[in-house]
Amino acid sequence: MSPEDVRWVAHLARLELHDDELPAMTRHLTSIIDYVNQLQKVNTEGIEPLAHALDVHSVFRDDVPSPSLSVDAALANAPARNGDFYAVPAVLE
Amino acid sequence: MDATVRDLLDSQARGASNAEAITASYLDKIRQTDGRIRAFLHVNEENARRQAGAVDAKRKKGEKVGALAGVPVAIKDVLCIAGQPATCGSKILQNFVPPYDAHVITRLKEADAVLIGKTNLDEFAMGSSTENSAYQITRNPWDVERIPGGSSGGSAAAVAAGQTPLALGTDTGGSVRQPAGLCGVVGMKPTYGRVSRFGLIAYGSSLDQIGPVGRCVEDVARLLQVIAGHDPRDSTCIAKPVPPYTQALDESVRPLTIGVPREYFADGLDAEVKAAVQQALKVYEEQGATLKDVTLPHTAYAVAAYYLVATAEASSNLARYDGVHFGHRAATFDNLIDMVSKSRGEGFGKEVKRRIMLGTYALSSGYIDAYYLKALKVRRLIKNDFDEAFKSCDVVMGPTSPTAAFKIGEKADDPLAMYLSDIYTISANLAGIPGISIPCGFTKTNLPIGLQILGGHFEEEKLLRVARMHEKVTEWHRRRPG
Repeated sequence: MSPEDVRWVAHLARLELHDDELPAMTRHLTSIIDYVNQLQKVNTEGIEPLAHALDVHSVFRDDVPSPSLSVDAALANAPARNGDFYAVPAVLE
Repeated sequence: MDATVRDLLDSQARGASNAEAITASYLDKIRQTDGRIRAFLHVNEENARRQAGAVDAKRKKGEKVGALAGVPVAIKDVLCIAGQPATCGSKILQNFVPPYDAHVITRLKEADAVLIGKTNLDEFAMGSSTENSAYQITRNPWDVERIPGGSSGGSAAAVAAGQTPLALGTDTGGSVRQPAGLCGVVGMKPTYGRVSRFGLIAYGSSLDQIGPVGRCVEDVARLLQVIAGHDPRDSTCIAKPVPPYTQALDESVRPLTIGVPREYFADGLDAEVKAAVQQALKVYEEQGATLKDVTLPHTAYAVAAYYLVATAEASSNLARYDGVHFGHRAATFDNLIDMVSKSRGEGFGKEVKRRIMLGTYALSSGYIDAYYLKALKVRRLIKNDFDEAFKSCDVVMGPTSPTAAFKIGEKADDPLAMYLSDIYTISANLAGIPGISIPCGFTKTNLPIGLQILGGHFEEEKLLRVARMHEKVTEWHRRRPG
């Protein structure tokens, strides 16, 4: 991985990395990726990916309304609040 | 501070003690020792005393009390308790106060347990030493120059130091079993789906499972009994009856065939650890168990598969820390995207950033097939290995970790070396099977060694009974750090 690759992935992850973090991040990610590349040696021809260890799919429940958090409880941890809403910088001019 | 859960319950029932006195004695112990051990991030004394007082009032009125009445339980700070901080060991959640209880907390409150405090961990449960906490480094009570393991290092150290009889941890790649092993206590990862993850702040959702830590097998069984069972709020939590774990605990499993995977005794295993585990296997043989050489051929790939699956899930789970809904928001920024990136850059520590980066990379366009999907295929092969082994064995046994506790700072700049300390525990999370670590010996320098016992899906009862067979005839679990 090049420092440019690391910058690109950081952009995808919306994660600000400072210049002084870049060399160690590049070095560590390169060594980890070298290590995980050994998976390419495993023959997985015809093997289904296993996303979940238990075969449970589509669990349904009755659609019954139940109490949810109050607006105040939901907003109690918000870094910024505007009335009954989360406040964020404007995204439209 | 040497009391078992049963002792604590009996002494209250007899009237020899009460919940307030028990809670006060553990709070004293925390006050005396935690300056050195640093297992706790928050201790809410007033709250603990109030809960204890309520239990005593119930008893006085002759009301029925719960299964853990007046018994202190420490909680890893990745589980939500309404109205108390939940930091996940991260600066990004420094001021976060959850508005609801995790399912396991609801269960503990119903059982009249006393929630004594929140324990330290690697940030977002990412680590094997508890050194990745943004707040403090927890010390191993057996040698304060050494790590307690991780990520549930605070929970294991607190139990080992006698600061609490019980604790909850979480285990995504060994984070209950490994610190339990390194601190000389008992720790269990239940089957994926046995315990609801509702209110557990997510790391790797297909791997995360909450598990009990205690000083003996029975204590762990009692805590598991309270937290296990169906919860509709976690759709991966299975609606399967919970057996009475303590009822037949003292009955040996007979016949018992123990699978001994040759891959767990290969290169990289410390000689003293190997000798202690082999001695433990002999203890089982002496009780009539049959040892069977088995192979788990994809063991060598487990760490690689895990670090792709877990980090891919983490990169997605941790996207919620965006400086909008809760958690840290940067003070200055140019626009919305900049606010999100800066807030995350400031709030997350090194290891969390590394894992988000690796997971994002593994899921990114052009790499998802080669990394994420490849890892999921290898994951199936690892699960198939266990399925095959359990066709002829009741349980599989080996060391919990390749070495005893290492020195603080020893692996700080080598993440890969740190990852490899989970080599024996990680497969169970990928396969979703339960596992337990019990003390099985000490190194010459008096550091605990853990024996890991793995079982088939939902075979916790058998695992506990098998673990108890060793405990009944050995004294390792009675040793205490100085």
